[in-house]
Amino acid sequence: MTKIKFLLNDEKVEYVGDLSRRLLDVLREDYNLVGPKEGCGEGECGACAILFNDDIVNSCLLPMSHVSDSSIVTIEGYSHTKRYEAVEAAYEKHGAVQCGFCTPGMILATESLLNKNPQPTEEEIRDGLSGNLCRCTGYNMIVSAILDVSRREDGLW
Amino acid sequence: MKDISVSINKVDNVAKISGSESYVADLRIDDMYHAKTFRGTIVKGKIAKIVYPDLPEDYFIIDANDIPGKNYVKMIFEDFPVFAKDMISYYGEPICLVIGKDKQKILDIMDKINVVYEEEEPTFEFEDSVVHFDFKKGEPIYKVSQSLQSVKYTYQTGYQEHVYIEPQGMIGMIDDNKVSLIGSIQCPYYVKNAVLQVLGIDPENEDKSKTKVRVKQTTAGGAFGGKEEFPSLLACQLAVAVQKTGKTISLIYERMEDMEFSTKRHPAKITLEALVTEAGDIRQVNAEVSIDGGAYIGLSGVVLQRAMLAASGAYAFDNMTVTGDVFRTNTVPTGAFRGFGAPQMIFAVEMFIQHIAKALDLDPLEFRKSYLAKQGDTTSTSGNFSEMIIMPEMIKKAMAISDYEKKVEDYKVLNNHTKSIEIKDSELSKESGLSYKNGKSEIGFGKNEVYKGIGMSWFLHGCGFTGSGEQKHIKAVVRLRKNVDNTVTILIASVDMGQGVKTTMRKLVANELDIPMDRVILDNPDTDLVPDSGPTVASRTMMIVGGLVLEAAKSLKEEWIDDQEQLIETQYKQPEYIKWDDEKLRGDAYPAYSWGVNVVEVEVSKVTLQVNLVGVWSVYDIGKAIDERIIIGQGDGGILQGIGYGMLEVMNHKNGRIMQKTVTDYIIPTAKDSVFMETHLMDNPFALGPYGAKGAGELTLIGGAPAVALAIENAIGKIVTKIPVTPEYIMELMENDKD
Repeated sequence: MTKIKFLLNDEKVEYVGDLSRRLLDVLREDYNLVGPKEGCGEGECGACAILFNDDIVNSCLLPMSHVSDSSIVTIEGYSHTKRYEAVEAAYEKHGAVQCGFCTPGMILATESLLNKNPQPTEEEIRDGLSGNLCRCTGYNMIVSAILDVSRREDGLW
Repeated sequence: MKDISVSINKVDNVAKISGSESYVADLRIDDMYHAKTFRGTIVKGKIAKIVYPDLPEDYFIIDANDIPGKNYVKMIFEDFPVFAKDMISYYGEPICLVIGKDKQKILDIMDKINVVYEEEEPTFEFEDSVVHFDFKKGEPIYKVSQSLQSVKYTYQTGYQEHVYIEPQGMIGMIDDNKVSLIGSIQCPYYVKNAVLQVLGIDPENEDKSKTKVRVKQTTAGGAFGGKEEFPSLLACQLAVAVQKTGKTISLIYERMEDMEFSTKRHPAKITLEALVTEAGDIRQVNAEVSIDGGAYIGLSGVVLQRAMLAASGAYAFDNMTVTGDVFRTNTVPTGAFRGFGAPQMIFAVEMFIQHIAKALDLDPLEFRKSYLAKQGDTTSTSGNFSEMIIMPEMIKKAMAISDYEKKVEDYKVLNNHTKSIEIKDSELSKESGLSYKNGKSEIGFGKNEVYKGIGMSWFLHGCGFTGSGEQKHIKAVVRLRKNVDNTVTILIASVDMGQGVKTTMRKLVANELDIPMDRVILDNPDTDLVPDSGPTVASRTMMIVGGLVLEAAKSLKEEWIDDQEQLIETQYKQPEYIKWDDEKLRGDAYPAYSWGVNVVEVEVSKVTLQVNLVGVWSVYDIGKAIDERIIIGQGDGGILQGIGYGMLEVMNHKNGRIMQKTVTDYIIPTAKDSVFMETHLMDNPFALGPYGAKGAGELTLIGGAPAVALAIENAIGKIVTKIPVTPEYIMELMENDKD
């Protein structure tokens, strides 16, 4: 058994086990972090998205061997941040949530986008969300929420 | 009291946004076993022999021989086996569950199962009709005289896969001596009744105080009809397994298994014929509807009825003949999907009315308007449109906000002469305001490299079950319990699958009782706690169940006694004006209709023939919105599903095997395919709906495909008779024209 260390939601953790396991399974089964969802298992739908060193990555495609020494943030960790509060309020205000299954991934895609580009255009937002499938909303209320939160002037991002 | 339509934040927002909402695969239950479905690998034939390997300790196989009751999933028509026993009728039909704790060991066991088949010749054509209906309206003639011109087209629609982002999933266990099932479902009582039948328990004799089967819903990660009848299959399989083994077992599908083997929208072939007088009037419309039921009929007959009843679309024709068949083929069974037969028919009718006008060389808009249904007209089934129809106002609104008429004219010129009048093209673009706020035109294809088109669909959707379904079969019962602490619990079987039931039902009650929302409780349904208010389908939840909830709230208001428990029950009673004949399919098929107008604008690349969405405008009459933003959300999501169905979502089978098994192969719209949309809701309260509300969920999907197909038709100047309108199909149309 190989041991690896990484940061999980800002806490140092050690993982001992099979390094070919998917990060998604480890998060859900070993750490009981079930915010990341399995929608497709092939990196297409974004429901399992997490932040991997601040980048949006589908955790179903990430073997544990790649996680060593990285920082992983799931929705559970992100939901304790100031930025999250602003995103949550915008999603609420714009009605961006229906069934909610894609939502944790969408929220982290939103963070990843705004972290790189605090004032995105509509087109840049659509690009930033293009790896996250939603079958309920038609996306527009999500895009509006992100446009809205990105126009805040409090320097959160 | 505030206007009920004023939007509030949804009650489940925070749990969903923060990731703390629990879906079925998120449940952590001790000592959980996993099940995987072992499936047949032929398309059609007999099962001669099944040889199972020796099982390691604590691993189980459950198959048809373990079923104590009937080996059918209870649906409208009983022919869908829980497990295949002697026959395989489609590729991937379930034969058994393999159950254990280690997923890899389960797969190893599955590898060692040996089935000997005797293959038979499958059929994929529309040959074997298993359900047939027909009805007529007025005085149709069957022999065409010379004075009548026939205009006839055949329209075809493909499969559509739901792609709820949460795949199918269910957990079964023995709890309190009951077979308990918990899962991602739309219809708790469908599941319960199906399980009772499989376990051989007569539902009529089930002691209500000592139930033997309990079904609970977990928050559903999307459903769209895909979790209407299909989850009953998983539940039946699991129920047999947990009853036999006593274990807690989860059956969660992976995406590929879900896409390949769960039900889909029925592919359809619809032939429409208009008999037109010398004066250019439609004397009669004949419709022939064929839908592909797949290997088992299930609820296909009712889907067929919905399609047939929509044969006159938003119009009224004096004379009609309508026939329809469900064909059995050796393919994956088709089933419920938002719209339930109507999207296929509305696509056909909306294309057809345009195509008749074209054949007669008449102005299509004026032609369509002249047949638009009005209050007092008769429906396709000779029932009455008794409510006020405000379509003319809605059409006017939709045309104004989309600049429809001007664009239709501009694009005719633009698309026909682009090469020779490049300068004029840009002038035209300026005049018609072609640089859109949403930016698609600017970032899309170069201005001279595209055809531009705009299309408009008009449609209606009957709310609630067809015919006497609500009265005869569903008999919805709703309860409100006023608790000692003066909170009020809503007891209904309706589920929230994203459409906002938890918010809107609580809002209704809070509003009526004039108490804060947090004093009203509505949990995910549990059949041990809630009465059967019917399935969460057919755009019935707000109009029918919400109506009963509001009625109960009104009674409670009158009878309210502080600090005392009170129970109010209401039951559905069909309005007396509804007259329906099940045998003849004649009369008032629905208590009310919702109406819609969609306008869709597209660009079609001249090089790749790829279609880009440019604009979407919608106007709906759903009576009264119980929450405006929720309905706008239904509007955005519904029409994008409809547009996907119309131009993007290709699914087909090759020799009975589904070719698109992943979301990589089966393309649904992404954020980049969508554009900002403008949606208007009309106030046209329905007298019998809660605060005037009618149905909304399905309506928003059914106009998308014809609107986008008409837009593409406008752009390329060819007759479109098939969806999805893919670049390949557009190329075919363009090529054919050269001959």
